Amino acid sequence: MKKGIIVLIIFLGALAAFPLVYQDPFPRHMLIMIMLYAAMGIGWNIIGGYTGQVSFGNAAFFGVGAYATAILLVNYGISPWLGMIVGCFFSVALAIIVGYPCFRLQGHYFAIATIAVGEIMLLVFTNWEYAGAAVGIYMPILPESFINFEFHTSKLPYYYIILVIFVAALGVSHLVERSRLGYYCRAIKEDTDGARSLGINIQRYKMIAFSISAVITSICGTFYAQYVLYIHPTSTMDLMMSIQLCIICLIGGLGKLYGPVIGAFVFIPMTELTRVYLGSEGQGVDLMIYSMLIIILAIWRPQGLWAIFTRGTAK
Amino acid sequence: MTKDMLIIDNITKRFGGLMANQNVSFSIAEGEIIGLIGPNGAGKSTLFNCISCYYNADGGRILFHGADISKKTPEAICRMGIGRTFQIVRIFKEMTVRENIMIGAFLKHVKLCDATAKAEETADLFGFTEKLDLPAGSLTISDQKRLEVARVFATEPKVLLLDEMMAGLNIQEVRETTDLILKLRDMGITLVLVEHVMEGIMPIANRVIVLDYGEKIAEGTPDEVVNNDKVIQAYFGKKYHAKRRGRTAPLQ
Ligand SMILES: Nc1ncnc2c1ncn2[C@@H]1O[C@H](COP(=O)(O)OP(=O)(O)O)[C@@H](O)[C@H]1O
Ligand SMILES: [Mg+2]
Repeated sequence: MKKGIIVLIIFLGALAAFPLVYQDPFPRHMLIMIMLYAAMGIGWNIIGGYTGQVSFGNAAFFGVGAYATAILLVNYGISPWLGMIVGCFFSVALAIIVGYPCFRLQGHYFAIATIAVGEIMLLVFTNWEYAGAAVGIYMPILPESFINFEFHTSKLPYYYIILVIFVAALGVSHLVERSRLGYYCRAIKEDTDGARSLGINIQRYKMIAFSISAVITSICGTFYAQYVLYIHPTSTMDLMMSIQLCIICLIGGLGKLYGPVIGAFVFIPMTELTRVYLGSEGQGVDLMIYSMLIIILAIWRPQGLWAIFTRGTAK
Repeated sequence: MTKDMLIIDNITKRFGGLMANQNVSFSIAEGEIIGLIGPNGAGKSTLFNCISCYYNADGGRILFHGADISKKTPEAICRMGIGRTFQIVRIFKEMTVRENIMIGAFLKHVKLCDATAKAEETADLFGFTEKLDLPAGSLTISDQKRLEVARVFATEPKVLLLDEMMAGLNIQEVRETTDLILKLRDMGITLVLVEHVMEGIMPIANRVIVLDYGEKIAEGTPDEVVNNDKVIQAYFGKKYHAKRRGRTAPLQ
């Protein structure tokens, strides 16, 4: 336990010091993407890992966060920080609207329903003129400042903002794990009827877990919009993104606090590197590598890479 | 006898054409140990599922302290103080023994440290102190069944419905289980025990209800019930019944 905390502090210290040591933009960008996906993976893990409700619709929350921020900024000049909060509200509303009927579905049907929801959101935004339809939204170029959430000369501020988001997501996940909510979620995952016999309102706890997942993902969406300064439907709510989040958790360790972190550190570099070196012709190569990785993992270490670190020790 | 706390009033449950429960009525007073027996397929588990609202009864009412609870949800039933176990154990196999009991304890103790304390106290009572950190799935079946009781006990119920606690246990384990049940009764818990074998519960039940093909065929003290013609027929068939009537020795 103590050793774990020391490792965590060293790890976070190294992450904080990294951009000061390596000044090149590419490694910084790489780590920004890793932390972004780690945070989203942590969000996915709360509903898909701890609670066992596989969601292929989480990208919708990312899109809602990104679009809420972009629409408010472009049309009303509202600060992205406020947009972030508004995005969270809309994402929670979406989680509740989707969760209410879909959490009544057993097992795989929930996963299938979330695919449908994600695709509906994608279609709506692709055809919604007000939200830029298929073209998307370009963010206005504003003077660099924290309030404006825009930085043009260096990626450094973005790096530290996503670091804070990532650490906060990790903190939330830790709190969930160590609370009644986390225990109830695991109970629901293992045996719904058993959980009900102990007074657990299944629907309610699934909904809370889904909402927390939605908030974390939505905040990441806001960050992405401000980081890239251009969003469109397929870059923010593609089914592929939801699948990637699932894969990140699977690789790292489903329902484990650090699972998505390890998953993102393995997954994102490969994705980014195949994109850089193989360009658009290489599209899909990363997925082929992951498929093989998952098959190997499934045979050799079905608990995910996290199991390598905990091997031999209890928890 | 004190006022009836749980009243089963004309409960009927059908599965297609099969009458799993047919107008079953009886009542349970506070502090009693009730045995619910009957051959396999008699409808005992179905009745438990109706009482705990896992099934919606097709007819009849269930009154708990005078209020009809038959339209509630399983989780609401637990929160009202009626706990249950399952015939096929439903413990959380991937969790440790401590975590299993904690899930129950969380109902009345929201904070992690309080739930942990309650779980460890409960584990002590059920003899799990040495096994707290073992994965529940690694326990023997008899331990798993006891863990299921410990887990629901941690929700602090007033009534416990235990489904076939003694099935598959050896004589020593049956004795330990009866001791445990008496201990729970002495703590003020009312118990309904389903068994399809009579041996375990006959010595401890205040009253026994017998189901056969979904119908209540007898009710009374254990002595009355084992000598009841219908019960003997249900358990051993008509032939054996006829043969036995010829002799005089009572069934032991
Ligand atoms: N969910 C169900 N669907 C259909 N038939 C069922 C179901 N549950 C029980 N039954 C039937 O109802 C009858 C009573 O079963 P049960 O209550 O499990 O008996 P017992 O617990 O007394 O052995 C049996 O004939 C059984 O096959
Ligand atoms: Mg049964």
